[in-house]
Amino acid sequence: MMLKEEQEWTIEAKSSLFDLKLHEVWAYRDLLVLLVRRDFVSFYKQTILGPLWFFIQPLFTTIIFTFIFGNLAGISTDSLPKPLFYMAGITAWNYFADCLTKTSSVFKDNAAIFGKVYFPRLIMPLSIVVSNLVRFGVQMVLFLILMAYYYFSGAHFGMSWAICLFPVIVILMALLGLGAGMIISAMTTKYRDLAFLISFGVQLLMYATTVIYPLSEAIKKYPAYAWIIEYNPMTPIIETFRYGFLGEGSFSWFSLGYATMVTLALLLFGTLVFNKVERNFVDTV
Amino acid sequence: MSKNIAIKVENLSKAYQLGQIGTGTISRDLERWFARIRGKDDPFLRIGESNDQNTKSESDVVWSLKDINFEIEQGDAVGIIGRNGAGKSTLLKILSKVTAPTTGKISGHGRIASLLEVGTGFHPELSGRENIFLNGAILGMRKKEIQRKLDEIVDFAGIERYLDTPVKRYSSGMYVRLAFAVAAHLESEILIVDEVLAVGDAEFQKKCLGKMGEVSKGEGRTVLFVSHNMDAISSLCKKGIVLENGLKKTYSKVEDAVKIYQQFNQANILRWDNPKSNYFPRFESAAINITGEQPYLLLNVAVQIIADHNYTPAFITFDIKDDQGKTIIQSMPSASPFIDIQKGVIKIDLSIELTGLVPGFYSVSPWVGPQNTVTFDRQEDALVFEITQSPTKNRVFPYYKSDGFISAPTTFKITHAN
Repeated sequence: MMLKEEQEWTIEAKSSLFDLKLHEVWAYRDLLVLLVRRDFVSFYKQTILGPLWFFIQPLFTTIIFTFIFGNLAGISTDSLPKPLFYMAGITAWNYFADCLTKTSSVFKDNAAIFGKVYFPRLIMPLSIVVSNLVRFGVQMVLFLILMAYYYFSGAHFGMSWAICLFPVIVILMALLGLGAGMIISAMTTKYRDLAFLISFGVQLLMYATTVIYPLSEAIKKYPAYAWIIEYNPMTPIIETFRYGFLGEGSFSWFSLGYATMVTLALLLFGTLVFNKVERNFVDTV
Repeated sequence: MSKNIAIKVENLSKAYQLGQIGTGTISRDLERWFARIRGKDDPFLRIGESNDQNTKSESDVVWSLKDINFEIEQGDAVGIIGRNGAGKSTLLKILSKVTAPTTGKISGHGRIASLLEVGTGFHPELSGRENIFLNGAILGMRKKEIQRKLDEIVDFAGIERYLDTPVKRYSSGMYVRLAFAVAAHLESEILIVDEVLAVGDAEFQKKCLGKMGEVSKGEGRTVLFVSHNMDAISSLCKKGIVLENGLKKTYSKVEDAVKIYQQFNQANILRWDNPKSNYFPRFESAAINITGEQPYLLLNVAVQIIADHNYTPAFITFDIKDDQGKTIIQSMPSASPFIDIQKGVIKIDLSIELTGLVPGFYSVSPWVGPQNTVTFDRQEDALVFEITQSPTKNRVFPYYKSDGFISAPTTFKITHAN
């Protein structure tokens, strides 16, 4: 029981760029589970408002968006009830944005632990992405309740077959947030003030995504600039999400495939730079 | 690799960059770049930036470790000895895989458990039980393994009654006991320990030492141990590695290593500059000199603290230790935070009475922090001074530490009754 077979190891100055140490991540899978549990339990224990906060934020954002963008500015919502349209966008966007911002500060937030003990660093961003799933789940429930409400009050919308793509969409959002976040986290170890740009940048990015307007409307109004929105990999994800749950939205296999390619490219690149920075970041933070 | 070698270190070096690696923010880097194209001086280069650890002052690379080679046999307990900045912590960090070496290679077999700190990753909101699992997993244990060891860990820490209480309600002693217990029960073939014994009460320290002795002697595991406490090193370790300025000075039997360390350690260090740090606030430099006549000596200390922005007010203390690493005097100018930590350099001049201190070598460890449990910076044994004069005039017979450290100035009056 005591000793398994002798484990040989070496520590070297240079390591291959493509050594992603995924087998180590697997060996530490229990840690991943425990970190997710920690995040959940500590959040739950901290305040009474804690779990409630999950609801308040999307609810109020939806109300404000409905008034400002829906009624005041009169932006079309593709014949869908306005609150439903916005909440679909907000729920999906929040998950992506949370993954991105939390992952991007992973080195700074965990400097104390990283400086004292070794474990595959990838575990940390992975645990963030999984932890955020809990919050996403709660907000999905809220969204489904709103859907049920509008359904029974006779609004015109219907789910489409694309709802089967829901798991794919969630995974895409998680990996996209993870990949982009890891790239940013690697950059923030060198330039700490970049972290301030992130919250601002995420907000800007939201306006370049079809959260508060449908893609069809953007193409109609600004045909010359709509490519910015179309090239944004989050756009097809949110459009598919809306198409699946509400039956409205610009869905195409091509754009979803494009989003998948971008996600995988960012994820691969993110993992590479993350692993490279991880080896020495303790010396610079 | 031979079967009974646990760790083999070859040509290991670690360099730290100084100065030009960037200021840490884009805005400052841009400002620096703008200053350069206008032909102005770099606005962020500190005046007199230099480093004692390096022979060439123009170079901005400091070798924290240079060409270290050694082999550790399985089951050996090896003490790593050296002054502050000698490279001990860097060596441990590289062995623990927290940071990568610049050159060289380490190979070995057996799982490494490294304890650079106790309680890494403890979360105050979680219960003792939850923290055991989390901390164990961070240290590399599987859940099953922790489950199997749970009773033993709880028993060692002596916290059965509080197992399901959040650790934020634990006393600091309980906290440390629990943290050490988790680490001590790791099933590893190699155990690396960095001065964690500096915490906890005396009884618990003894228990920790006992456990470590058991680990190395009883179970035949390999132990690497860093401490300033020569007694602990001598009693626990078979061999000792002495590091000096990043170079390996000796690797021998522990008695010889301790002796060599104490010999070269005994030299006055009256000035100290922070070699390679970029955290804030921190001690930037410290200098001492001794004035006055025995028995009323004064230790004059001048320290500089550097901060990148304003922090909560702090206070400072100085621990004065004897050559065995035992703190014999603590100087605390005020028990409440009396220094405003404002952006820039803060100079503080102090003078500490060393009334009646007996001859010998003493080290000074400055500490700064906003409260007694929170540390901004601590520099272990940064400065060393020697007292040569006897506090009692004309005393020629030697002083023994067992007779005390202070020969208190005493007045007397003699009355002869007839």
